[in-house]
Amino acid sequence: MDQLIYAAEVFLNGLMTGVMYALVALGFVLIFKASGVFNYAQGVLALFAALTLVGIQQGQVPFAHLINAVLGTHIESFGWTVPAFLAVLLTALVMILLAFLIEKLVLQHLVGQEPIILFMATIGLAYFLEGLGDVMWGADIKRLDVGLPQGISDSIETVTDQWFGYGFFIDRLDIWATAIAALLVAALVAFSQFTKQGRAMRAVADDHQAALSVGISLRFIWVMVWSIAGFVALVAGIMWGTKSGVQFSLSLIALKALPVLMLGGFTSIPGAIVGGLIIGVGEKLFEFLIGPMIGGATENWFAYVLALIFLVFRPQGLFGERIIERV
Amino acid sequence: MLYREAGDFKTSYREDGQTFPIRLDRWGYYAILVVAFGIIPFVINDYWASAVLVPFLIYAIAALGLNILTGYGGQVSLGTGGFMAVGAYAVYKLMTAFPDVSIVIHILLAGGITAFVGMLFGLPSLRIKGFYLAVATLAAQFFLVWLFNKVPWFYNYSASGQINAPERTVLGWAVTGPATSASAKYMICLCFAFVLAWVARNLTRGTLGRKWMAIRDMDIAAEIIGVNPLTAKLSAFAISSFFVGIAGALLFSVYLGAAEVGEAFGINKSFLVLFMIIIGGLGSIFGSFAGAAFMVLLPVMLKNLLVGTMGWPTDLAAHIELMIVGTLIVFFLIVEPHGLARLWALTKEKLRLWPFPH
Repeated sequence: MDQLIYAAEVFLNGLMTGVMYALVALGFVLIFKASGVFNYAQGVLALFAALTLVGIQQGQVPFAHLINAVLGTHIESFGWTVPAFLAVLLTALVMILLAFLIEKLVLQHLVGQEPIILFMATIGLAYFLEGLGDVMWGADIKRLDVGLPQGISDSIETVTDQWFGYGFFIDRLDIWATAIAALLVAALVAFSQFTKQGRAMRAVADDHQAALSVGISLRFIWVMVWSIAGFVALVAGIMWGTKSGVQFSLSLIALKALPVLMLGGFTSIPGAIVGGLIIGVGEKLFEFLIGPMIGGATENWFAYVLALIFLVFRPQGLFGERIIERV
Repeated sequence: MLYREAGDFKTSYREDGQTFPIRLDRWGYYAILVVAFGIIPFVINDYWASAVLVPFLIYAIAALGLNILTGYGGQVSLGTGGFMAVGAYAVYKLMTAFPDVSIVIHILLAGGITAFVGMLFGLPSLRIKGFYLAVATLAAQFFLVWLFNKVPWFYNYSASGQINAPERTVLGWAVTGPATSASAKYMICLCFAFVLAWVARNLTRGTLGRKWMAIRDMDIAAEIIGVNPLTAKLSAFAISSFFVGIAGALLFSVYLGAAEVGEAFGINKSFLVLFMIIIGGLGSIFGSFAGAAFMVLLPVMLKNLLVGTMGWPTDLAAHIELMIVGTLIVFFLIVEPHGLARLWALTKEKLRLWPFPH
């Protein structure tokens, strides 16, 4: 019985982690659907967004390290702090600017290239952004705090304690993340279904040329999609950054989003969410049940192996469009 | 005026099919071999061996391997680091279990073991392709690193979890261990790189290579004209992993001497080798070498420039280096998606027409 209750707790925590994965995976799906680009840089975007947010909040001087090294000065910060809400807004602006630059400097020149070339270009982009983030804001681990509640949720602990005689440990941040992710998804769905731009986005996703021929501007749509992806990255960066500090490993969660996508299918927003939940729950339960027998730390590879095995049976993922090939 | 095929008559099919059809190219190739085998071993010092030449040769082998799989076979792999780890741990186990057998045989066997593992992880390629496969190979990367970290048998139950290369000799010269001279390290890597490049060149222009390229260009069409995708894909995985395994074995035993799996063979290694073949050129033997040289030299030069000349702090230089590498990758993809090898080929074309281009 105890084991079962522990497992239930692990299950719940897995669900929460899964939501976080789904949040990153969402950014991937958006860009992939609209531009056919598999954006490896999504995780680094999240890292960059989080770094920028912290930097703006604490009033750091961008490129302080570089300026000091070149000019021999010792400037560190402007000496002011920016309120969280304003900082988030400013960071969102930076992400939109970034989206614009990416479209202008990279994607525009790669129109019509093979998908794999575009994929590799985003790897290059990821390296660049990683370096840029470090040069701009410094590479030390930062604490991110925008006022989201953290720590164990007391109410859930007391309620479950009454029911089962054992208080579940659930982070309040995770609950908030789940709620925000759900809101974000609802907003995105509403946007893509009910607004003019959303329809144009779906049209582009369906067929680039047909969309062009009815007068939709591809470039605008791409900038928009990358901005949205940047915004999703910002949200993901805030969540993960609050949870475990803003540091390089943040960009590695992007890799975790890959099996999520494979499981859910690259082109499906519900797929990203369901896939995220399955991976989150699966890896936590596997670690809990099987992990101790084979040495632990299975979370590093479980998601990939699960996706690998799954793909052998259903190559397009759970919700992906059926792959039809013609010679 | 020298760079012409005019006057260079071929009298047999053999001559017609040679790798370097232009005489000057041939001479250049022989000259490089003479310098590489005859001069460099006598003048090499520790800095050049450990900073430039040895890593260049080892990564060139790895890049050759990945190029066979990705450039010729069209199967994108992000598991190179994991497969290099297989080579390293295989050679370590063999070296410690059979101390009397020559290390050359051990390295070759390690390549064979890696080939087997590579085939195993290549099996999904029969069902999935493109990005899906790339992500599937990540499973190999993470699983293998985890395995070598968690199962003590692989590192002989050593307390630190590291593997250390014991001292071994080839023809009386120490090639592993702390007493190894720079030229011995260089020579063993050079011999492997030379032989493997020769093998790769001849494999890729033979039946097997054509099968790989047919699969790469369009697998369904290839299947219809009679290429068996099972054997073609799995052989690409096996041979590629063989090369990568040897590179991993050399990297550990000759170059590093001691390795910890997560650090030496992490996901970054996979990307590094991938960048080498993108920048060098997909589907090109020369490109593998050019890309390896570029990616090995770039950090060394940037470090010398930024830290040595301009006196910037090391961490800042490292970040700038990341930015430059990223920019260069994007730049190369935009300007020349076929890499340095294509640039070189274009140069040669221009040279043949020079000075009368019309």
